[in-house]
Amino acid sequence: MAGILADKDRIFLNLYGQRDWGLEGAKARGAWNGTADIVAQTPEWICDQMKASGLRGRGGAGFATGLKWTFMPKVESERPHYLLVNADESEPGACKDRDILRNDPHLLIEGCVIACRAMRSRQAYIYIRGEYVHERERLTAAIRQAYDAKLIGKGSILGYDVDVGLQHGGGAYICGDETALMESFEGKKGQPRLKPPFPAGAGIYGCPTTVNNVETIAVVGTILRRGADWFAQFGTEKSTGTKLFAGSGHLNKPCVVEDAVGISVKQLIEDHFGGVRGGWGNLKAVIPGGISVRMIPADQCEDALMTYEDLQARGSGLGTGTMIVFDKDADLVKAIARAAYFYKHESCGQCTPCREGTGWMWRVMERMVTGEAEMSEIDLLLDVASQVEGHTICGLGDAAAWPIQGLFRHFRHEVEDRITQYRARKGVYAGASIAAE
Amino acid sequence: MSVRRLSPNQPASFAFSPATLKAAKAWMANFPAGKQQSAVVPTLWLVQKQEGWISEPAIRAVAELLGMPVIRVLEVATFYTMFMLEPVGDVALVQVCGTTPCQTRGSEGLMAVCKRKFGAQNHRSADGKFYWQEVECLGACSNAPMAAINDYYYEDLTPESFEKLLDDFAAGKKPKPGSAIGRQGSAPEGGPLTLTDAKLFDGSLGKKIKIPNLPPKPGKPAKAPA
Repeated sequence: MAGILADKDRIFLNLYGQRDWGLEGAKARGAWNGTADIVAQTPEWICDQMKASGLRGRGGAGFATGLKWTFMPKVESERPHYLLVNADESEPGACKDRDILRNDPHLLIEGCVIACRAMRSRQAYIYIRGEYVHERERLTAAIRQAYDAKLIGKGSILGYDVDVGLQHGGGAYICGDETALMESFEGKKGQPRLKPPFPAGAGIYGCPTTVNNVETIAVVGTILRRGADWFAQFGTEKSTGTKLFAGSGHLNKPCVVEDAVGISVKQLIEDHFGGVRGGWGNLKAVIPGGISVRMIPADQCEDALMTYEDLQARGSGLGTGTMIVFDKDADLVKAIARAAYFYKHESCGQCTPCREGTGWMWRVMERMVTGEAEMSEIDLLLDVASQVEGHTICGLGDAAAWPIQGLFRHFRHEVEDRITQYRARKGVYAGASIAAE
Repeated sequence: MSVRRLSPNQPASFAFSPATLKAAKAWMANFPAGKQQSAVVPTLWLVQKQEGWISEPAIRAVAELLGMPVIRVLEVATFYTMFMLEPVGDVALVQVCGTTPCQTRGSEGLMAVCKRKFGAQNHRSADGKFYWQEVECLGACSNAPMAAINDYYYEDLTPESFEKLLDDFAAGKKPKPGSAIGRQGSAPEGGPLTLTDAKLFDGSLGKKIKIPNLPPKPGKPAKAPA
C-alpha cells in the first residue's frame, strides 16, 4: 500500500478523473447519499459534529471549521447569510482544489448545501479563479445537473432549499484572501478590507458571510456520512483527518494524492511522488505547504510530519499541504528570487510596506542570485522582511517575507559564498569595483 | 503591482454581440437585484472572448450595461491581469507559467522557445498570429511546466513538445489540452498508485445508509443504557 491511508478511507474517489464526474457517477461513489437526513438536523448538531471531527480549514490558515461556522448569526434576519467558497487557488505549489473542481464537483456542491444549513444560509457562491476555464465549465455543468435533479434550488427534495451560484475572478492571487475575495465578488478591485468588521458580521453586500476553501467544504458530506470519529481517527490530536497533498519540483513523479494528515514528509515523497530526483540523498530542501511557508532543509525532512504542529515547530507550516521539492542541483536563491517576484507582481498596492517592500525585496534578491549584492545587505534584507511581515492589512506581506526568511535561516552560507565568489571574480573591494584594465 | 495602461491605439466603437449580451445578462441575474456590479469581471471576460482584448470603448459599454461609473470598470480592467489591454495574436494567446514550481521543472526552456519563435513577450509576433507572455502561477504545479493557450492548459511540456504544439496551432489545428506525456489529470506518471480498490466503484457506496451519531428523534427518548 502506498502511503498510510487505505483506499476505503479516501474521500475523493475520482481525484484523477478516471470516472464519471457527473451526478450519476458521483452518486454511485456515495455523494448525495443521506444528505436529506443530514440537513434535517439542527445547525448546532452539524457544527458540533464538525467540531468533533477536528477538521481545520484546508486553505492554508487551518482555522477550525466547526468553530468558524458558529460565528454566524443564530437567527435569520432580512440580511441573508452567505457561504462563499474560495476556489481562487493561486498559491505557487498548490494545485489540489483544481482536481476537486473538475473531477468531483458534486462533493463540493453537496458540501455547500450542508454548510449552508449549518449557517442558516440559503445562498452559496463559489468564487473560482478566472484561469480555471475548463474547471468552471465543469462546475457549471455539475450545478446545472444538481438543479435539474432538484438537489438545489426552490422545492429541493432534500427539504432545505439552497441556491448555489458561481462567480469568477480575473487572475489576481490577492483575491484568495477572504476580504479581498469579497471585494472582488462585489465587482471591485481585489483589495483586502480591514477587520473588524469580520465577515461573519458584515461580508459580501454587508451581509453575514463565511468564506471556506474548496477542500474544506467538499469533505463535509463524507465526514458526516461516515461519522466525526471516523475522520478524527486519522492524524494527530490537533491535525486530524485525510487531506489532499500535492508534489511539484524535483520529483520523479509529481502528482496530487489524498492521504492521512500526519504522514511523514519522507514517506509522502517516496511512496506517492516517486522519490526525489536522483534519490533521497539528493534532497536539498522542501517547501511543505505552498510557497508562502518557510522551507525546511533535507536533514529535517528525515523525520518531519505533515501536520500543523510539527511543521510549525520547525518554523514552517502545513499551509495547503502542497510541497515544492528541491534537489541538490537546485538554485534555491534563484527559486526564492522568483517567489519574491511573484509577490511583487501580486501585491495589490494598498499597504505601503507590501507595495514598496515586495519590489524592494525582489530587486535585492535578484542581485543575491548573481552575487552582486553587498554582504551587509543580507541583514538589511532580513530587517526589511521583518518590517513587511505583520504590518499589512492581509497576509500577503507575511507570505512575501517568509520564503526569504526561510532561505536565510537554512542557506545563508550559500548566499554569502556567492557574494564572496562574485567579488573574487570581479575584484571588488569595499563596495567599489576596481577596474580590471 | 504591475503597471497596466490602456493601449494608445483604440478602436472608434464597441458593440456587444447578441451572444455576449445574453451571457452578460445571465451573469447579472446570477446576483441579487441591484447588485449587478458583481458581474463586471465575468462581463469583461466575455468582452475579451468576443474581441480578443479590452478596449476603452468596451469599458464604457460595460459601465453603461452595469450602471457603473466608467472609472470603476477601468479600475477593474487594469487591476486584474487576465484582461489584455492590447490586441493579442489572431491564432493564439500563449501564457507560460514562470513561477517557482514551473521554473524548477524547466519553464525557462519553454519561454526560450517562445522568444525564438515570436520575439519579445507582451508583443504580437511579426505575423500577428501569436502573442506570448510569462504569467504567474496558473495552479497546475503537479503538471509543471505548463502553458495556457487560448484558455486551456497544456501540461508536462518539454521545449520539443511545446514547439510542436505551437506549430500545430500555427497550422490551424486545435490540439487537445492536457498532459503532453499522456498522464491522466494529475495522477502520477505511469498510472495511479491509489484508488485501485474495485469495491469503491461497484456502486455499494451509493446504497442507502444510516447517518451515524444522529441525535434521538424528538418524542422518542433515547433508550436508557442497560
